[in-house]
Amino acid sequence: MSVTAQAHIDDHAHDDHIQHHKLTFVTKYIFCQDHKMISKQYMLTGLIMGIIGISMSMLFRMQLAWPGESFALFEAVLGKWAPGGIMDAEAYLALVTIHGTIMVFFVLTAGLSGTFSNLLIPLQIGARDMASGFLNMVSYWLFFISSIIMLSSLFLEAGPAAAGWTIYPPLSALPMAMGGSGMGMTLWLISMAIFIASSLLGSLNFIVTVINLRTKGMSMTRLPLTIWAFFITAIIGVVSFPVLLAAALLLIMDRSFGTSFFLSDIFIQGEVLHHQGGSPVLFEHLFWFLGHPEVYIVILPAMGIVSEVLATNARKPIFGYRAMIASLLAIAFLSTIVWGHHMFISGMNPFLGSVFTFTTLLIAIPSAVKSFNWITTIWKGNLQMNPAMLFSIGMVSTFITGGLTGIIMGDSTLDINIHDTYFIIAHFHLVMGISAAYGALAGVYHWFPKMFGRMMNKNLGYVHFWITAVCSYGVFYPMHFVGLAGVPRRYYENTAFPMFDDLTNLQILITVFALIAGIAQLVFLYNFFHSIFYGRKAEKNPWHSTTLEWTTPIEHIHGNWPGAIPEVYRWPYDYSKVDENDEYIIPGQDFVPQNVPLQKDEEELQH
Amino acid sequence: MTAFLIIMVLVLVAIAIWQMTKIFELSQLKTGNSQVANDSDNKTNGYLMFAFLIFIYGITIFCFWKYGKLLLPEAASEHGKDFDQLMLVSMVIIFIVQALTQTLLQYFSFKYYGKTGKKALFYADNDRLEFIWTIIPVITLAGLILYGLYTWTNIMDVNDEDDPLIVELYGQQFNWTARYGGEDNVLGQANVRMIDINKANVLGLDEADTYAADDVIVKELHLPVGRKVNFKIRSQDVLHSAFMPHFRAQMNAVPGMITEFSFTPITTTEEMRQRPEIIDKVKRTNAIRAERAANGEANSDPWEFDYVLICNKICGKSHYNMQMKIIVESQMEYDAWIAEQKTFAETVMADDSQQTTDSNETASTGQ
Repeated sequence: MSVTAQAHIDDHAHDDHIQHHKLTFVTKYIFCQDHKMISKQYMLTGLIMGIIGISMSMLFRMQLAWPGESFALFEAVLGKWAPGGIMDAEAYLALVTIHGTIMVFFVLTAGLSGTFSNLLIPLQIGARDMASGFLNMVSYWLFFISSIIMLSSLFLEAGPAAAGWTIYPPLSALPMAMGGSGMGMTLWLISMAIFIASSLLGSLNFIVTVINLRTKGMSMTRLPLTIWAFFITAIIGVVSFPVLLAAALLLIMDRSFGTSFFLSDIFIQGEVLHHQGGSPVLFEHLFWFLGHPEVYIVILPAMGIVSEVLATNARKPIFGYRAMIASLLAIAFLSTIVWGHHMFISGMNPFLGSVFTFTTLLIAIPSAVKSFNWITTIWKGNLQMNPAMLFSIGMVSTFITGGLTGIIMGDSTLDINIHDTYFIIAHFHLVMGISAAYGALAGVYHWFPKMFGRMMNKNLGYVHFWITAVCSYGVFYPMHFVGLAGVPRRYYENTAFPMFDDLTNLQILITVFALIAGIAQLVFLYNFFHSIFYGRKAEKNPWHSTTLEWTTPIEHIHGNWPGAIPEVYRWPYDYSKVDENDEYIIPGQDFVPQNVPLQKDEEELQH
Repeated sequence: MTAFLIIMVLVLVAIAIWQMTKIFELSQLKTGNSQVANDSDNKTNGYLMFAFLIFIYGITIFCFWKYGKLLLPEAASEHGKDFDQLMLVSMVIIFIVQALTQTLLQYFSFKYYGKTGKKALFYADNDRLEFIWTIIPVITLAGLILYGLYTWTNIMDVNDEDDPLIVELYGQQFNWTARYGGEDNVLGQANVRMIDINKANVLGLDEADTYAADDVIVKELHLPVGRKVNFKIRSQDVLHSAFMPHFRAQMNAVPGMITEFSFTPITTTEEMRQRPEIIDKVKRTNAIRAERAANGEANSDPWEFDYVLICNKICGKSHYNMQMKIIVESQMEYDAWIAEQKTFAETVMADDSQQTTDSNETASTGQ
């Protein structure tokens, strides 16, 4: 079956070789169906959303460190939401809500998967493009529209959604409970419904492409780990995002059509509401059925990228290739049966709590195996310390730190006193906000030459990494202590409790690190945009990598390869492979690209 | 002022970083401008990786040294002791793993930094090694799971043994109310549909329910030390959460449900106030508050330690200030206190009998 599909695409490619359809500006840059352009579109949108998300975090961190103080910055940016320069309490809640929503969905899901799956899947498996270029283009534009709608909600009279990124009803269902639960929440739901459609279209495309369009010789066990990660991520997405859509639809019905899926026995603003029989806990189940796999959708691509970058820069195979694949599969499977660990004290039956503790602590095992494999990949390597490598090593470090605290909160008993405190915030920022972001940054630095034909400046990359690395730990390490001291999340200020007064200095320390980290990202932004236009021109395979994307010409062409698609003869990790005489397989170079046939007397090892 | 200075410092730091990177770049011109890491880059960053290990250890030790005293004091409840023990064991395990893995990671990053001509080792897999470092986490985690679940099952088993005191915690935007069962220690039925603001029946108690008449409704939670208390938790409007950190207790308040949590307080407020770590904390806190008073700022009145019930599920604008004081006292003090409180019959239902004799009032039937 795939052979016929292959033949069809090849014919099409031969036609393209003559490039007979002339592309206008609109069809080349805007409504483009080429996966490479779409990946850049995702990247740019994700980047802009990331800038907005980080800026929001800097604002509310300032409020936490200096509560109730007046800042001209607040008045300038928040307008009526900061009268006299003092941030309004609901504005604080709106900021943390939109910060969370933007970062988790728009930056770390679309910005990560959208960029790298689109860029790398066809290139690394040896395909001309995605299975459906049209659906791919639609998926990007839906993402763009959902971003616009989400941002437009910031300008509403009553404010954007402000019930936390988890938007639990009844708070998110009742406009009289909170200003942001009016039109703000409606726009949030519309934006997310469109986002989900975008994500599903993208995921379906990725799955079909990986299964059907691999080039000759590219068996599943010769795929780079990036592809495995993106493939499995897409499957998780297809399984779980529809459930969020269901939750959103039911919430829309409760809000606008008088149903009672999530609402019952409510007295608010002086009157009893008619809703009977529903339960907020149902929403929590539906939300987290997506919500937990979602965080693995965020981290798995980062893990794939890190595996690839570590192997390339260590000049060594990734250690335990099959174990890495098995871990990815185990994590994906287990991620669908742990969602209840977000709900230990939701009021659900405690027996469920036991079940979810059991499955949650299980998921620590494949994650641990991956971490050990990464460390072993570095052992006895010949480490090329490019910025992408630094971010990859950094990712392993922060993933271990953040992941270990997951063992604490995965234990239902311990969750009793740390649920919804800063301990949780510290945990998920270390694994998502830092580890996944490092994976994304490693990807940007590593594949920048492929995307733009130019090199980023490595010294700026070093400065960016080291400042970010120190500040990231500086923000989130001490934050665990804030949580263990009992400070709850989503508190506009802590001054209502004298028992939190002695944490003021700690809050200031965290904020100062956060502000420095935020400013340091400007180094990256400058490097990124400047290098697109003025970066040193790249050679074809600057990192001496084995994978197929580096065999395409530097100038992008439709169909990726000018002639036939390369055939694959080996797995992607033949770095520093030696024969019996301890000589490199190809004399003079320490790697063998995937499209090089087995040499005379070369042994094919089973990995 | 402090904020302004800090912003200035940050701006100067940003400018300094910018200038330093420019200088660094300019200084690199002579050595060719390939943007791929060379031997010198590898060596520098290799050393920095080792320094980063020192930083990781350093920030860990610094935080414990400086912020260790901010952690919650020893648990004030019976099950809290088990909680703290489980937390300690779990923390010890993860810190051992952290110390080992970060050391290996950063040390290897330093030891194996790239040099021209060096050969990496082609070492692709070792199933035995994979097995070992799979089975060790499995055994460790299995142990933690069993320990944790045993503790969890005990804590979450809310039952009628040991004659518990039944108390309702009622959450609404933005305050808590506590309701005792009164003499019969049974709570009267209540529902939002029976709320009658005019008659001050804010909890929606069923006046027809005989169990409701002796219920005591208060804004300050008093608990006799050593007696198990079963909390029945309700919400009037949106999700709230009854978080009592000193007792290691938390349970969501869900509209449409009555959720439960149970614990036995073992330390009175007075005893807690005498604890050295609390005395220190109060001293620290009052020093901060005195400074505020000197500057004429708010939140500057001196503080005496009290247990608190705080809301821990986002519930709206004033989520950050939805609290109720908790006082744990001797049985005698508790009995004296509760004797002084008015029952539901004496407050809300009394209005009833008054109204029927009041000719100026039309009988209000609620709503």
